Amino acid sequence: MEFEPVIGMEIHTELATKSKIFCGCSTTFGSPPNTQVCPVCLGMPGVLPVLNKKALEYTIRTAIALNCKISEITSFDRKNYYYPDLPKNYQISQNYACLGYDGWIEIPCGDQRKKVGINNVHLEEDAGKNYHPETPVGEEYSLVDLNRAGMPLIEIVSAPDMHSSPDALAYMTTLKNLLQYLEVSDCKMQEGHLRFEVNISVRPKGSDQLGTRVEIKNLNSMKTAIKCIEHEIERQSEILETGEKVLQETRLWDEPSGSTRAMRSKEVAQDYRYFPEPDLVKVLITTPWQEKIKSNLPELQEAKKKRFIKEHELPEYDANILTSSKPLADYFEKCVKIHPNAKGISNWIMTELMRELNNREMEPDECPITPGHLASLIKMIDQGTISGKIAKQVFPEMLDSGKLPEEIVREKGWLQISDEEEILKIVNQVLEENSDTVKTILAGKDKAIGFLVGQVMKISRGKANPGIVNRILRQKIKSMQP
Amino acid sequence: MKEHKITTKDVQHVALLSRLHLREQEIEDYTRILNDILEYFAKLNQLDTEDIAASSHSINMENVFREDRITRSLSVQDALSNAPESEENCFKVPRIIQDT
Amino acid sequence: MLQSAQDHPGYVKDQKLEPYELTTIQAIEKLQNRELSSMELTQSVLDRISRVEPKIQAFLTITGDQALKQAQEADKILALNENPPPLTGIPIAIKDNICTKGIRTTCASKILEKFIPPYNATVVNQLRNAGAIILGKTNMDEFAMGSSTENSGYKITRNPWDLERIPGGSSGGSAAAVAARAAPIALGSDTGGSIRAPASYCGVVGVKPTYGRVSRYGLVAYGSSLDQIGPIARNVMDAALLLEIIAGFDPRDSTSADMPVPPFTQLCRRDIRGFRIGVPEQYFTEGMDPEVESLIKEAMKQMENLGAEIIDISLPHTEYAIACYYICAMAEASSNLARYDGAHYGYRAENTDNIIDMYSHTRAQGFGAEVKRRIMLGTYTLSAGYYDAYYLKALKVRTLIKRDFEQTLKHVDIIATPVTPTAAFKIGEKTTDPLTMYLSDIFTISLNLAGMCGLSIPCGFTSSGLPVGLQIISDIFREEKIFQAAYMFETSTSHHKKKPSLESREAPNGV
Repeated sequence: MEFEPVIGMEIHTELATKSKIFCGCSTTFGSPPNTQVCPVCLGMPGVLPVLNKKALEYTIRTAIALNCKISEITSFDRKNYYYPDLPKNYQISQNYACLGYDGWIEIPCGDQRKKVGINNVHLEEDAGKNYHPETPVGEEYSLVDLNRAGMPLIEIVSAPDMHSSPDALAYMTTLKNLLQYLEVSDCKMQEGHLRFEVNISVRPKGSDQLGTRVEIKNLNSMKTAIKCIEHEIERQSEILETGEKVLQETRLWDEPSGSTRAMRSKEVAQDYRYFPEPDLVKVLITTPWQEKIKSNLPELQEAKKKRFIKEHELPEYDANILTSSKPLADYFEKCVKIHPNAKGISNWIMTELMRELNNREMEPDECPITPGHLASLIKMIDQGTISGKIAKQVFPEMLDSGKLPEEIVREKGWLQISDEEEILKIVNQVLEENSDTVKTILAGKDKAIGFLVGQVMKISRGKANPGIVNRILRQKIKSMQP
Repeated sequence: MKEHKITTKDVQHVALLSRLHLREQEIEDYTRILNDILEYFAKLNQLDTEDIAASSHSINMENVFREDRITRSLSVQDALSNAPESEENCFKVPRIIQDT
Repeated sequence: MLQSAQDHPGYVKDQKLEPYELTTIQAIEKLQNRELSSMELTQSVLDRISRVEPKIQAFLTITGDQALKQAQEADKILALNENPPPLTGIPIAIKDNICTKGIRTTCASKILEKFIPPYNATVVNQLRNAGAIILGKTNMDEFAMGSSTENSGYKITRNPWDLERIPGGSSGGSAAAVAARAAPIALGSDTGGSIRAPASYCGVVGVKPTYGRVSRYGLVAYGSSLDQIGPIARNVMDAALLLEIIAGFDPRDSTSADMPVPPFTQLCRRDIRGFRIGVPEQYFTEGMDPEVESLIKEAMKQMENLGAEIIDISLPHTEYAIACYYICAMAEASSNLARYDGAHYGYRAENTDNIIDMYSHTRAQGFGAEVKRRIMLGTYTLSAGYYDAYYLKALKVRTLIKRDFEQTLKHVDIIATPVTPTAAFKIGEKTTDPLTMYLSDIFTISLNLAGMCGLSIPCGFTSSGLPVGLQIISDIFREEKIFQAAYMFETSTSHHKKKPSLESREAPNGV
């Protein structure tokens, strides 16, 4: 029997605000433990939350971009459960009146596009982090860092509209892209800005009944989410093949075994006892306010693409690729600002840079080659300081060392030879050593000039300026014409 | 609101949700006391509230915000000053049954 | 803002008064005239505390040394300033559920026995900015859950008028301290009557401001949508002054009202001719002490003598208020108290080997019986399957109760009622059945549900010499009306001049 999966996802994204959602502590990543906490985010007795307006506006922005209906009145609710990284033992979230609902997003599906429904978009606070150091058996303990507690999070809950792991990947990628373009989150995976949860069930192909849903939590990367989805499809299909039933449960991804496993905790069913948060008041999102936010959206993908075509005079193909992600588009524009050769820069980004980023699974802003570095490299080519061919050798050096191209060229002695006298010397040498070929050229076989150029390049170890070599060689040969 | 009696099993479940360890005798006592009080609460059934809106707040207020500005955090010492146990500037707690 | 002490009808020729016996307004005058120093005043109060504490047990923490240091500073300011901050040099007692930086704040619970907040509640900052001196933290029912202060995790506070009786709760320590002249003024908190009832039982003035009038930042939460901090004082003017100082918008409290604070001390002094006073029929119930009932009725006659008009009104949903209140309060409390788990601060149970056991044993050992009961009930009423039946239902009944008040207050200036059905009852009398204790809140509880302001003012004594209070209620943000009526009533009577005769009593056995 053939089975098809039904997949929904919940994505949590950390917002790029300066301060936390309910207090003024900084949101900077990577600070020493418990250095960005205050009585409010520590959940001390008597403290009260006050809502960060920017976090709210980012949520409205996101809901608008996801084509959601916006609740005229939105409010917060307490989600009650006990965990040491949740100091109040409740999370302030939204349940009864989420900010955005009934939206959708378009994702690529093969050659076409399809819509994935967005069930709701809501705002909530993040919990801190737990660490489990290695200890002898019987002496186990955990350490809690509350720097992250109180960070603002947007949760995006999709409808179960995905039916394959490519769908899921397209959904995650499209959403990540959108969030970056909206400038509500940097979506830096290494800083935990995006977290995924998958709800997946399997049913016989063509059936319209939903199978038993399994929930998988705490997936930290798209790669893991995809592996997990593929594993679950297989696991559930196998169970159904044998005629057994799939258990409705919450599972976790276990990287070492490459499979999911059931949660071990004592409590199987969580009763969150949601009730209205008495310490916060309702939010009225008026139509004029929504309009204002809509009209102040940052430049989104389509608009940027069009502008690249017009302003930077790039072909559509280039603009498409360069705007495929905001970090990449920003990288490109930073380069162009330093050295205004848009097409040249575009070529290098689309070929060399993107290849390396993909191979190393790196984001543009993590690349050791900064926009300044790349711009310098291309400037050096344009000024004739190095040849394009040499540049292709400099590039991996830059990647490995993070050094400036000028430094590398200097160290390796790769400066292009543009001195005409020096080139003439080598040309003469080549002409002398290859008199047969010269004869062939003089007899009319022009193509063999290429071979001679190659020889000059060989002797000069690629440093001779090919344009000049070509010119001088041709001149000399012409002068040898009878 | 149905007239339901709370059982000792209910009490045990609620005690778990509330993270309160109860002794046998306490479970018995709570079952009895909670039943009495819940019976009293059932008085509210006498009122028809079909078309009445719920008031989760006593005073009607809306749109209270703060600007996205960083304010001073506590020092690590102050943050941990009341911690029963701490290590490496973190709060130290007994083993969490690891689900992550 | 400040009146001259001599204008006050309660003014007694002061040569015979010890400093601790002065009212706040009287003390301010003397301090500003340099007739008295803050050191002398504070020392006098501290000495008084050490004499009466063995009998009344009002304080959990006394910050004597710190208070004297603050008094020294205050004297410097008084010497140099023409116009010092309004409470400079005045000692004040603070209920132990209000956070005081560097001073142990326990909420009368074992679970916070060693908790020292690294921050002040907003009201404490306001008091310090006004120059007040902190005497110490007063006893209360654990986490403000109770009506007699018998639920304290540490000790029982006794009513200064009769040491065998309760001072009321949950702000029993503050009320007893003020009544016993162990503090000229104090702060309490009121969620269901916890300022007004003890004020009534102890023969002092207690005010529950409109919800949002005073910041809750730093008030350890019990019922977040119901809690308010308020003044407890020996007379109306002192209470009005204290409220002027602690009221006001606080950006750290989202439920704090962004409204200007009227000059209550000035607005007190207007007569009440033509005032319409509503008296609700539902507030004179069976089970009410006949002496209390007759004292209230006498008070109404007194109001009429002052020119007010007494109007019969109806608050039809009164009988549902207790059930409604307790469901709302317990639900919120079950969530507010979840943070006390031994993880980040407070008491932690020993010898547990995993976190769930640590939580469960910490809370079982650290919380008292009443707190645990309310947490259990609150959790139950919010739990899956019961939310609609209990919690949501209660929120709807709350709307009905609010409407009762809103509609009535369109036709009357204030509402007058008893505060409690009886005068102070004996220690231990109502502790066997929690429900009996809850029912004593019947007259005070509706106000918290509706968010309105109310105060309790002494209106007489029973034949056994126990104080009885009159409750005066007005519409939201109209505290000036209740002060006005209360002040006029006070100046036409002399109940506030009486004081308990503690000197002649011995401390009870076993104290």
